[in-house]
Amino acid sequence: MINTAGSATAAGSELSRDELTELYYHLRLTREVEQVLTNLYRQNKVIGGLYRSLGQEAVAVGTAYALRRRDDGTGDVIAPAIRNLGSLLMMGARPVDVLRQYMAKGDSPTWGREQNVHFTDYDRGFIGLISHLGIMIEVMAGVAITFKLREEERVALTWTGDGAASTGAFHEGFNLAAVQRAPMVVIIENNRYAYSTPVSKQTAAASFVARAPGYGVYGDSCDGNDVFAVLEMTRKAVEHARSGRGAALLEVHTYRRKGHAEHDSQQYVPPGELEEWEARDPVDRFMRRVIDEGWLTQADLDTIDDQVTKEVDAARETAEASPMPEAEEALAEVYGGSAARRPWTRLATPDPREA
Amino acid sequence: MAGEKPEHVRSTELGKPVTMLEAIREALWEEMERDPAVFLIGEDIGDYGGAFKVTEGFIDHYGPKRVIDTPISEAGFTGAAAGAAHMGMRPVVEMQFMDFVSCAYEPLTNYIATSRWRGSGPVPMVVRGPVGGGVRGGPFHSQNPEMAFFHTPGLKIVYPCTARDAKGLLKAAIRDDDPVLYFEHKKLYRAPFLREVLEPDSEPIPLGRARTHREGKDLTIVTYGMMVHESAKAAEQLAQESGLDVEILDLRTLLPLDEDAVIESVKKTNRVLLVHEDTRTGGIAGELAMRISEKAFEWLDAPILRVTAIDTPVPYSPPLEDYYLPQVADIVAAAKYLAKY
Ligand SMILES: Cc1ncc(C[n+]2csc(CCOP(=O)(O)OP(=O)(O)O)c2C)c(N)n1
Ligand SMILES: [Mg+2]
Repeated sequence: MINTAGSATAAGSELSRDELTELYYHLRLTREVEQVLTNLYRQNKVIGGLYRSLGQEAVAVGTAYALRRRDDGTGDVIAPAIRNLGSLLMMGARPVDVLRQYMAKGDSPTWGREQNVHFTDYDRGFIGLISHLGIMIEVMAGVAITFKLREEERVALTWTGDGAASTGAFHEGFNLAAVQRAPMVVIIENNRYAYSTPVSKQTAAASFVARAPGYGVYGDSCDGNDVFAVLEMTRKAVEHARSGRGAALLEVHTYRRKGHAEHDSQQYVPPGELEEWEARDPVDRFMRRVIDEGWLTQADLDTIDDQVTKEVDAARETAEASPMPEAEEALAEVYGGSAARRPWTRLATPDPREA
Repeated sequence: MAGEKPEHVRSTELGKPVTMLEAIREALWEEMERDPAVFLIGEDIGDYGGAFKVTEGFIDHYGPKRVIDTPISEAGFTGAAAGAAHMGMRPVVEMQFMDFVSCAYEPLTNYIATSRWRGSGPVPMVVRGPVGGGVRGGPFHSQNPEMAFFHTPGLKIVYPCTARDAKGLLKAAIRDDDPVLYFEHKKLYRAPFLREVLEPDSEPIPLGRARTHREGKDLTIVTYGMMVHESAKAAEQLAQESGLDVEILDLRTLLPLDEDAVIESVKKTNRVLLVHEDTRTGGIAGELAMRISEKAFEWLDAPILRVTAIDTPVPYSPPLEDYYLPQVADIVAAAKYLAKY
């Protein structure tokens, strides 16, 4: 089922030089942002956990590249999962904002209240997830139903891990979109693990895409480490959804090469597995393919590498210089119009009647 | 069952001190040893030993039938625990973080809590997991969801803050015939200052009884969880700065609530401060104030006051989270206000 040869599919040949360049730029950008985050993490500048998508960048980049990306609130809408940094960047999120999120800075898109890729930009078309797995499937069903109701040719696309696909929310949300024939595409990103739990403990089925007929929807799957295959598969599903034929369920086969988060030493991974998947690295495969086919040269790729390194480094500098939030900002924005009450014990003269 | 009892659950047996986390682990182990009806169910609790390693090594000894790794399905395995309990088992459910217990709100509050009352029999099960802030976990890994369940008759709620209580209360919770939510503050799990030597074969500590954490005569602080320790720091400061002799009552169990202990202490000190890490509106301080008003109004020399988190989600960034959480300085300021009143 998994195409490991890398260049066995015809997918890719239809892409222009600009498109190839853009894809490579985003693969590289995703990896570089995470590398910079890893360095910041080691310097204790990241607050809390760091979640990597190493080895899964082709999924994040290839799926989002199939979408209509706009910056005025008229394009397709995604809800990224934790391994979809690349999708977020593809939709136009700025690396500096991602870094600020991870460093809990006051000028991050959530003003330091929320972490990592949990942030929203409706103009660029992404909605910030929360930690509770499954909920975004429900939320995105509502986004898709709205597109159908308003007769807008837009698509709602979201991802779920092999683990999150076990939640009740997944079923309720996806079934709703399916029965509504709403323009919703869900990608089950099967990276073999949910935290430490192998996929064999997550489902008794041989595949996730086998669920598609059960929901009565379009289904497809592909090798998630081949960005060309991912893009081709997603484009078809998005076209299906956009043209009013209903929801789609996709499965990509990939692998989580890092632990659940940076603290996880992955001792549960059988020997040899990591090496096996390192050999299928999606960025390496892209590079080999474009060079073998003569679509791009090593010099082209090097130029992009340089550009990415410079951009991300500049973003890092800006983000590091960003201020932490002011303590009292914690009080604002629970409701529109009124702040939460400040603790009476922190008044200049503490008095419960004055707070 | 296979093999010897591993080293990491034998500290108490060997006379060594245990952290709160180790105390919880020992309680689970000893209850599984004692009663074959006890089994564990939750995410990543088997080979991985749980996100905080509470059940490390359990699967090797007790096997995958009694240490069940689940799909990510909190509602599913909590409901399933009820079914197992109906059949005579005593499941202990682990929430990876208690923030995710919200996904199991339905089975807990509707099905499980009402079972005995509906004539379907008691549901002897425990749902346990890490809670609490101060670890920069952000809004979905820092919650204190106890009060979301507090107004549901039929559930018991336990929230220990010492190794001894953690062990004794967990044993009692497992042996209890009613469903118990058991909260473990993640910042206390490995706190070195909580290491203590426990007696081997210690008895369960009955649910529903508060514990006097510190004796005093001038003012009572009623609290639980992390705030017991913050209050203790405040009490030391108050003793030095103002000569105030503060009593601290650790509720330990929120449901059933040890009203008698609260009232007794209030009658002794005549001043009471309610402190919790949970948010202000709908926090347990409101309920406690009402009980004190009903039963001890004439004994009060000052209004009943509270120190709590602010009414927002738990923010992630350190300056915000520190502002959100009640601090020692807040407790000190409140106690001084009360003492002067
Ligand atoms: C409802 C819920 N339960 C538990 C968790 C804790 N948790 C966070 S990520 C994760 C594993 C997710 O695995 P998967 O869906 O396969 O995504 P991956 O991390 O592999 O990308 C778990 C159990 C959670 N966030 N939400
Ligand atoms: Mg996974």
